[in-house]
Amino acid sequence: MCFTKLKAALRWLTAFALSAASSSALADYTLNMPKGATDISGEVYGLHMLLFWVCVGIGIVVFSAMIVSIILHRRSRNPEPAKWHHNTTVEVIWTTIPFIILIVVAIPAARTLIKMEDFRQSDISIKVTGIQWKWKYDYLLHDENGQERGFGFYSTLDAESNRIRQTRSGLDPWSKENYLLEVDNPLVVPVGKKVRLLLTAADVIHAWWVPEFAVKKDAIPGYINEIWFRVTKPGIYRGQCAELCGRDHAFMPIVVHAVPEEEYEAWVREQQEKAGVLASADGEAAAAEPQEWNMEYAMRQGEKVYTQMCASCHMATGEGLAAAGYPALKGSAIATGDLAAHLDIVLHGKPNTAMMAFGGLMSDEDIAAVVTYERNAWGNDTGDLVEPSDIAAAR
Amino acid sequence: MSTTAEAIHGHDHHHAPLTGWRRWVFTTNHKDIGTMYLLFSLTMFIIGGAFAMIIRLELFQPGMQFVQPDFFNQMTTMHALLMVFGAVMPAWVGFANWMIPLQIGAPDMALPRMNNWSFWILPAAFTVLLSTLFFDSGAPASGWTMYPPLMLQTGDAFPFAIFAVHMMGISSIMGAINVIATVLNMRAPGMSLLKMPMFAWTWLITAYLLIAVMPVLAGAVTMLLTDRFFGTTFFTAAGGGDPVLYQHVFWFFGHPEVYIMILPAFGIVSEVIPTFARKKLFGYHAMVYATAAIAFLSFIVWAHHMFTVGMPFSGEVFFMFTTMLISVPTGVKVFNWIATMWKGSMTFETPMLFALAFVFLFTIGGFSGLMLAIAPADFQYHDTYFVVAHFHYVLVPGAVFALMAATYYWLPKWTGNMYSEKLGRIHFWWSAISVNLLFFPQHFLGLAGMPRRIPDYSTQFADFNMWSSIGGFAFGLAQLFFIYVIWHTYRGGVGKATAQVWEGAHGLEFRVPSPAPHHTWDEPPVIREDDQDVHS
Repeated sequence: MCFTKLKAALRWLTAFALSAASSSALADYTLNMPKGATDISGEVYGLHMLLFWVCVGIGIVVFSAMIVSIILHRRSRNPEPAKWHHNTTVEVIWTTIPFIILIVVAIPAARTLIKMEDFRQSDISIKVTGIQWKWKYDYLLHDENGQERGFGFYSTLDAESNRIRQTRSGLDPWSKENYLLEVDNPLVVPVGKKVRLLLTAADVIHAWWVPEFAVKKDAIPGYINEIWFRVTKPGIYRGQCAELCGRDHAFMPIVVHAVPEEEYEAWVREQQEKAGVLASADGEAAAAEPQEWNMEYAMRQGEKVYTQMCASCHMATGEGLAAAGYPALKGSAIATGDLAAHLDIVLHGKPNTAMMAFGGLMSDEDIAAVVTYERNAWGNDTGDLVEPSDIAAAR
Repeated sequence: MSTTAEAIHGHDHHHAPLTGWRRWVFTTNHKDIGTMYLLFSLTMFIIGGAFAMIIRLELFQPGMQFVQPDFFNQMTTMHALLMVFGAVMPAWVGFANWMIPLQIGAPDMALPRMNNWSFWILPAAFTVLLSTLFFDSGAPASGWTMYPPLMLQTGDAFPFAIFAVHMMGISSIMGAINVIATVLNMRAPGMSLLKMPMFAWTWLITAYLLIAVMPVLAGAVTMLLTDRFFGTTFFTAAGGGDPVLYQHVFWFFGHPEVYIMILPAFGIVSEVIPTFARKKLFGYHAMVYATAAIAFLSFIVWAHHMFTVGMPFSGEVFFMFTTMLISVPTGVKVFNWIATMWKGSMTFETPMLFALAFVFLFTIGGFSGLMLAIAPADFQYHDTYFVVAHFHYVLVPGAVFALMAATYYWLPKWTGNMYSEKLGRIHFWWSAISVNLLFFPQHFLGLAGMPRRIPDYSTQFADFNMWSSIGGFAFGLAQLFFIYVIWHTYRGGVGKATAQVWEGAHGLEFRVPSPAPHHTWDEPPVIREDDQDVHS
């Protein structure tokens, strides 16, 4: 009751100050943890509020005692201080009471924790890989015959947010809805199903977090961590990487579309078709029309891959960012010199730098395209057309 | 600072202190070394604070107006390293140097030459660390926790940062050895351990924590060093190593480290409140035992910093329960401080104001700490601004306010001059209001979903960030005013201080004149059974 009033008062205060400070519409800021979109997130919210009220209760007792003492036991009112300085009974009491409160809180906390750690009987498993600075989602799907029907894709910050967030871009973040919380390819999951995520990372530690699901766990190279959620209502849920992972840590958001099951199934079919893993009527994989490999196609494809995988360090202009230790590719010895050396660094990376080994992350075709692009864009003009077979040979 | 004439008066077996720069470089005097520690930490507090101003400036509005994300990460990293290792820890060593010998009736620290060395390592260490800001590839940017594999991506700054951390560790260990040797060997006759002032007690326990954990940190960063330069793979999964191992080792150091920063603050508050309440500390023995209990628990709670790392259920439950237990002895401390105030005869001079604000605001930081202990809820709080708000509440209106209380409490003893109560109160209210404006909204930001260590954020977080930044700038300015108050006092303040300084003060440091002569307690004081100046 009094908390609602306090909230109202705070809203009013903030609104008042804002109307003076900013011309923008009142933001839909929140003061508290969301109740969220899963049963577990509701329980976590309940725990959070329980703890909050326990703290408020203790706070009222402790702070009132302090305030009363400050008012009454000052020299002007109480010139003669008391002489006592210990009392075993009260000391035992105020050691015991907090202990009992802790036990009361610990029981529901442990109960919720047990539920969160139960990964059995999941309906869908998706492998999530944190990469500087994007997420890769791999749907681990099989058909009835155990044939692999999975597909995967990268999920990166949307282009408009990315333009706005460049230092001194002069662009207005308020002009973009969900600024920094939008991606090109969202994760799509069905409502009402138990979705299990298997988290890992390709380079440094990241953390996958969607507040409305009350799940946050680190994605660590060499580890597979598990989390799960069962979304109760359809919607778009947003989150961010929660573990410092370098320069663009703030710019690898997470967006989850929770959709009804039929819609999810339709989306999966579409993705499988695109990936060429869908079984056709005669049982053969309907592979995409093979594309003739030529300079024009490789450059177009390469630019796409470059923007997604390389531009955050080497910049869209290929000029790198010397201040952060990211070398230029434009006119560089690597991108204009020996091809074998160029392929080596792309495939195997450079130890102790953000230049990871991309060999395990990308197809032969994508690597061939991006290397072709790097060797011919920005006036590098080597004329080299790298074939996917060259990549297979260099691996 | 104090005149040479006074210092040599009546002590012909001492040499006169050297003059000029040689006095400071070659000194073995605990007061001179204490002064240098305190001035050094004040300098680091201002530089680290300037880094915080850059952080709050960039976060004032959404969008990237001023810096590149790398530089922002360098600022968060350097801000934390400077504040933890450069400001708070050396400040406590400075207070220990100045006050512990005075408080226990010892003529100096037990190991004066090592004392000199342990101080002079620090300017060297921080010069090395700060110099990395001028490197082409910049300063370390992977946070003060230096988690691999990210830390291994650091540019040329990498070995410099690690060398600097090694030096800080050596300095801290030597400081700690000195405190233990002094407290255990050099107490005046009759000053039994359970008669010592609380500040000496909390420092004794802190010193054991330092000796236990600083080598652990040194080990962790040495493994980083060999991973980078000597082909080991302690923390590299590709070579069979384990990135999570680092986090366990780091937090085995890191959790006791936070008590290293706060236990001496408990000691200060336990001295300031009785003085201004004119009543003995309530439950002295319980206070000592609670401090020891907190120190013990600090060794078995480290993985609560890592609830999201993917521990087994049993591990999560163990660390959740042990962490919750910490609130019991901490609660005892808060209750005892209030019981000390109860039926006292309080006046509210500046040290008392800071001490009372400490009890108030540290308790708020304790509440958010209890909430963070609950593992399922921590999955939501972890690595958000809720955590930033929590640890800043315990470190700024916690540890730093205690440092300020201690400064105002003993400044008259050091300089011989009374500070201006009016200026002190302006500094207090200015700091107390702005620090809450700075950190309280960060609770809301974290709960609403803003991760920490990000240079830019979605527009829904804009309002509270603006509030927080305004509070930050105001708090920063208040500390420049603090320096003016200290300078003003040094230059004469509002008049000469008496030896007693505070009407209600007990303690041996108030039996020597103000300013304290260069050499004190050549003749140890005699402590009698009924002595009012010691606890019983």
